[in-house]
Amino acid sequence: MSVAAIARPTMRARITGPLASTADFLRLLSRKPLGMVGLAGVLFFVVLAFIVPIFVPYQDFVDVKAIYQPPSAAHPLGTDSSGRDVWNQIINGGRDILTVGLIAGFFSTLIAVTFGSLAAVVGGKLDALISGAADFWLTIPHIPIIVLLGSILKFNSIFVIAGFLALLAWAGLLRQVRAQVLSLKERDYVEAARSLDLGVFHIIFREILPNMRSYIVIHFILAMTAAIYGVAGLTILGLIPLSGQNWGLMLNFAYVRGALYFRDSLWYILSPVLAIVLFQLSLVWLASALEDIFNPRLRSSG
Amino acid sequence: MAATTPADARLATDMYRYSPYARGRRALVWMWDRPIARSLVRVVITIFLVTTLNFVLIRLMPGNAIDNYIAQIMNEQLLSYEDARQQASGLFNVDLKKPIHEQYFQFLGDLAHGNLGTSMLSQGTSVTSIIAAYLPWTLFTVGLGLLLSFTAGTFLGLLAAYRRDSPFDHVVSTVGSILSSIPNYITALLLVVILGTQLRILPIAEMRGSSSPGVTPGFHLEYLADILFHAVLPVTVIFIATVGHWLLSMKSATLATLEEDYVTAARARGLSDGRITTAYVGRNAVLPLVSQLAIQAGYVVGGAFFVEVILVYPGIGLRLFKSIEQRDYTVMQGIVLLLTVSVVVANLVADLAYAKLDPRIGRAGGANG
Repeated sequence: MSVAAIARPTMRARITGPLASTADFLRLLSRKPLGMVGLAGVLFFVVLAFIVPIFVPYQDFVDVKAIYQPPSAAHPLGTDSSGRDVWNQIINGGRDILTVGLIAGFFSTLIAVTFGSLAAVVGGKLDALISGAADFWLTIPHIPIIVLLGSILKFNSIFVIAGFLALLAWAGLLRQVRAQVLSLKERDYVEAARSLDLGVFHIIFREILPNMRSYIVIHFILAMTAAIYGVAGLTILGLIPLSGQNWGLMLNFAYVRGALYFRDSLWYILSPVLAIVLFQLSLVWLASALEDIFNPRLRSSG
Repeated sequence: MAATTPADARLATDMYRYSPYARGRRALVWMWDRPIARSLVRVVITIFLVTTLNFVLIRLMPGNAIDNYIAQIMNEQLLSYEDARQQASGLFNVDLKKPIHEQYFQFLGDLAHGNLGTSMLSQGTSVTSIIAAYLPWTLFTVGLGLLLSFTAGTFLGLLAAYRRDSPFDHVVSTVGSILSSIPNYITALLLVVILGTQLRILPIAEMRGSSSPGVTPGFHLEYLADILFHAVLPVTVIFIATVGHWLLSMKSATLATLEEDYVTAARARGLSDGRITTAYVGRNAVLPLVSQLAIQAGYVVGGAFFVEVILVYPGIGLRLFKSIEQRDYTVMQGIVLLLTVSVVVANLVADLAYAKLDPRIGRAGGANG
């Protein structure tokens, strides 16, 4: 009994309960106006992309007499080059982009956290191997590599794309996790766990990682922005053979059909552009507010 | 590396006292303590791994480029399998009759001689000459854009740190964070749509390409002005996409430096504010950014892919896009290889520059920044 009590001093953090800590977190966040804007933006886009489409199904209604219409009551954001409603496409076009971001962000964070903390805790040759692999991966330009991969392999589902984007983006986070764990593992409670011989996995997952939760969340968000940058860019240029509906594909149509050079197409082009930019910006602002709240000292390391 | 300083010379003579085995080991340890040697080893390993990956992708993957090409020309030109294989061998620079490991060594050997094969579409044009025609434009625009954004960003970041929490700081930092989270291809799209199509300030169609037809290349004003005219858009996009990063990094680096003891000491000694800002704060804050500059340069060359395609600027990125559309695998492979090598070399330059600028890591140890 007493052994367990000594070995888990981190339990103390959970006494407050999830509801109380959420309230605490919101109170801290309310002091960061940009962070609140970011949180609101992220929630808005999540609702827009995952919940609103249930009530507003996708309509592929082509009307050649009403192309490039300005905003009106019937079409809040106007119509595109085939007379389809832009607002409807914006609502139904967020799901794929957000899903890719979530999956890619999750897996790159998972890889980075698992191997980064393993390298730091085990040390020695394993550390050298993992750090070396991360250094190697960091020095490769990712966009050309994924473009080359995409032309040889066939990316035909958003899960495959998300997987590849995750494989590209883990290295930077891994190095930071490793550095962070290296400093955390000198703490007393980790020493205690080690002297009790609780095993590497217990030390990583029960002692160290719970103390890095905020850090991991921040990097998950930043990994999401990187994945969305990649997937939107590749779809805009038509390098991912995606079907269906997403913001990148809307811009791809605009690009391929020359709508960029057509004066009346302003609303049609600005809508997906704003959707992508505002979502990215919300994520970045939320992440930097979280960073300010949880790690005020870390910011100086740039 | 030659022994140059007396300490090095002493170390070198010391080594001969030991057995050949120990001498070799000590030489290795001595080399390993130099950050430069470590970076060089990393560069060699990285380039080796990337070329191998390239070889595997083109040659070994199921449905790989060579098999596809053989099947394609057999159908199109009614060749026998043997003839088609012969032709593919010449194009891809591998002799398909040899066992796979010999093909691999031949591939590496050709690469070492700068031989990347010939284009699959325009037969007889070497990949090296294609790269040589397109790469300078990318280097020119990326270099100019980064230089401008680095200068402006570090200057504004320094000012923002000195006037912390003033309206100027808030405006500059917010704008910086907005700019750095807008993807570069979106900036390019917006410039074309707003300045070109809507406001008609810029003649977008005329600005495509690297220079106007009819202007003869050479060192005269007309040509240089023409090049700049065509480079304005890509340079602007690179500037906008990177300036926020420099600004925010410089601001936080300056804030950290301002708290250092040597700055307080300099103030106590009564040095002028101007001198403290340039020689103490600015110099130390900008140091880590200089090493980032080379790394960023490598990444931006890769990221210029999107920008050049959208702006139709004939750099290496647009050429890569074309080769993908045309399934010209040899050109694709060559360009990706070159981009990787350029990023790796940029990293090496960054390491060396950092060692040069920061005397603390010029010598042994502690090179992991």
